[in-house]
Amino acid sequence: MIQTATAMQNRTSDRPFPLSQLGKEPQALPGEIKVATRGLNFYYGDQQALFDNNLQIATNKVTAIIGPSGCGKSTHLRTYNRIFELYRGQRVTGEVLLDGQNILDSNCDVLELRRKVGMIFQKPTPFPMSVFDNVAYGLKQHYHINRSELRGRVETALRQAAIWDDVKDKLNQPGTALSGGQQQRLCIARAIAVEPEILLMDEPTSAVDPIATARIEELIDDLKQRYTIVIVTHNMQQAARISDYTAFFYQGRIIEFGATKKIFTKPDNRQTQDYITGRFG
Amino acid sequence: MKHRSLFARRGIDMAVTAISSLAALLGIAMLSWILGTVMLKGYSAINWEFFTELPAPPGMPGGGLANAIVGTLLITLMAVLIGVPIGLAAGVWLAEFGQQSKTAEAIRFAANLLMGTPSIIVGVFVYVVMVMTTGNFSGTAGAVSLAIIMLPVVARTAEDMLALVPSALREAALALGVPRWKATLGIIFRAARTGLLTGTLLAIARVSGETAPLLFTALNSPFWPESFNEPTANLTVTIFNYAMSPYDDWQTLAWGASLLIAASVLGTTVITRGILWYRSR
Repeated sequence: MIQTATAMQNRTSDRPFPLSQLGKEPQALPGEIKVATRGLNFYYGDQQALFDNNLQIATNKVTAIIGPSGCGKSTHLRTYNRIFELYRGQRVTGEVLLDGQNILDSNCDVLELRRKVGMIFQKPTPFPMSVFDNVAYGLKQHYHINRSELRGRVETALRQAAIWDDVKDKLNQPGTALSGGQQQRLCIARAIAVEPEILLMDEPTSAVDPIATARIEELIDDLKQRYTIVIVTHNMQQAARISDYTAFFYQGRIIEFGATKKIFTKPDNRQTQDYITGRFG
Repeated sequence: MKHRSLFARRGIDMAVTAISSLAALLGIAMLSWILGTVMLKGYSAINWEFFTELPAPPGMPGGGLANAIVGTLLITLMAVLIGVPIGLAAGVWLAEFGQQSKTAEAIRFAANLLMGTPSIIVGVFVYVVMVMTTGNFSGTAGAVSLAIIMLPVVARTAEDMLALVPSALREAALALGVPRWKATLGIIFRAARTGLLTGTLLAIARVSGETAPLLFTALNSPFWPESFNEPTANLTVTIFNYAMSPYDDWQTLAWGASLLIAASVLGTTVITRGILWYRSR
């Protein structure tokens, strides 16, 4: 059980904590570590948005990132697949280790990185093409694949994303014609079709209705058998329901990180407690 | 405090409404007048021979502008083949890569200047660069001068249309591990296709009435266009020549050609609107 908070320099709690936890390195998680960030700082131009983030993401677990708006949750997530590089003026220092390899290294192949690290966005982003082509698109980018195998893979991905029954009769209809919740599951199917190892989810249910949210949460629980999942969420009940580990971010710093049960029942940090009990945020 | 006269206030309101309505009506009236005159004077020239026969000497019955119609179509087609790909590429660079950089701002400024440059200057420029160096007027030079006029129109509308594509869609494509150029051509272009098509059609409409640049480059010819390396017949210069001539039958042909151009610009615009309307449904 990890109880330590990283970024100790920001610790404002009056609760005493053991000296042994003062180091920058978080205590090791039980089990395998898929991603570890070390000394991660992020800048939007001159403005620093992340401060010395040290975090470990456990293999085949769901890790939730919570915190008030503007605390750096999404920014942190967006370093894992280097998608922030799309914008000028955004830069990062420190390390993001994926299976021990620093993906921020310039010799890391970003196309292969993004195949391994899929991403789901806040708003569903179906491509302007048919349901089938939406899923096939990424597959064809990464694999030489013949027509019948493609068909099979697309079906498998759609089944894994629990949307096959909804769309099996409208594979040739535009993906944009589906409902919001279906679109989001289509995006999940599209992401898992290329056989990633990690799924990054940036508030995946904030734009869909409660029933669709429940279906996506069930799906996430299913998917963690095969994938390592990191989910940013505004919804604390959601984090409590679906995650194994939770990191609480505040003002660009990781205030507390640990097993979800612990964070939500007996957090070490006053700020964490204030946030999860709704006193601020 | 004294009340302002309600009577005067109502009077001023009515006067302003009347003046602005009058101004609007004047604009519409002018357009109707022009179109009406062109229709009235031009329709008698429109017949089968107009579209199928070469021009006849003044005073001879019959004769048409088939060579000029074909020439204009060929020159415009070639201008599109030169101007649209370069314009699209420039628009892509501005929207996707240059963004707010100094270079991009400089290019944007240059494009705006080029858009405002009188077309006769473009004509003289191409005359100096292509006609004087090769020693003869040519359809190619005409197409190049029209392409130069299209270039900034296509580039700026393409940029605007690409900028309208939500960045989430861009990120979603890149997050699948798709290279930037493929994401742009496969996803972003597809999402913006209506706007890109509109920009292209508007650019065509813009150049189809240009006379000055062709006067210095393609010149005109009474023969069928056989090669792009010789003076090439075209409608606008024909209108210029025939309208200035003292012969009644040539003047009628000039009216007919004017009607044809006006109708095709109108047609292009209506088609563009139709596509936009159809897509937005």
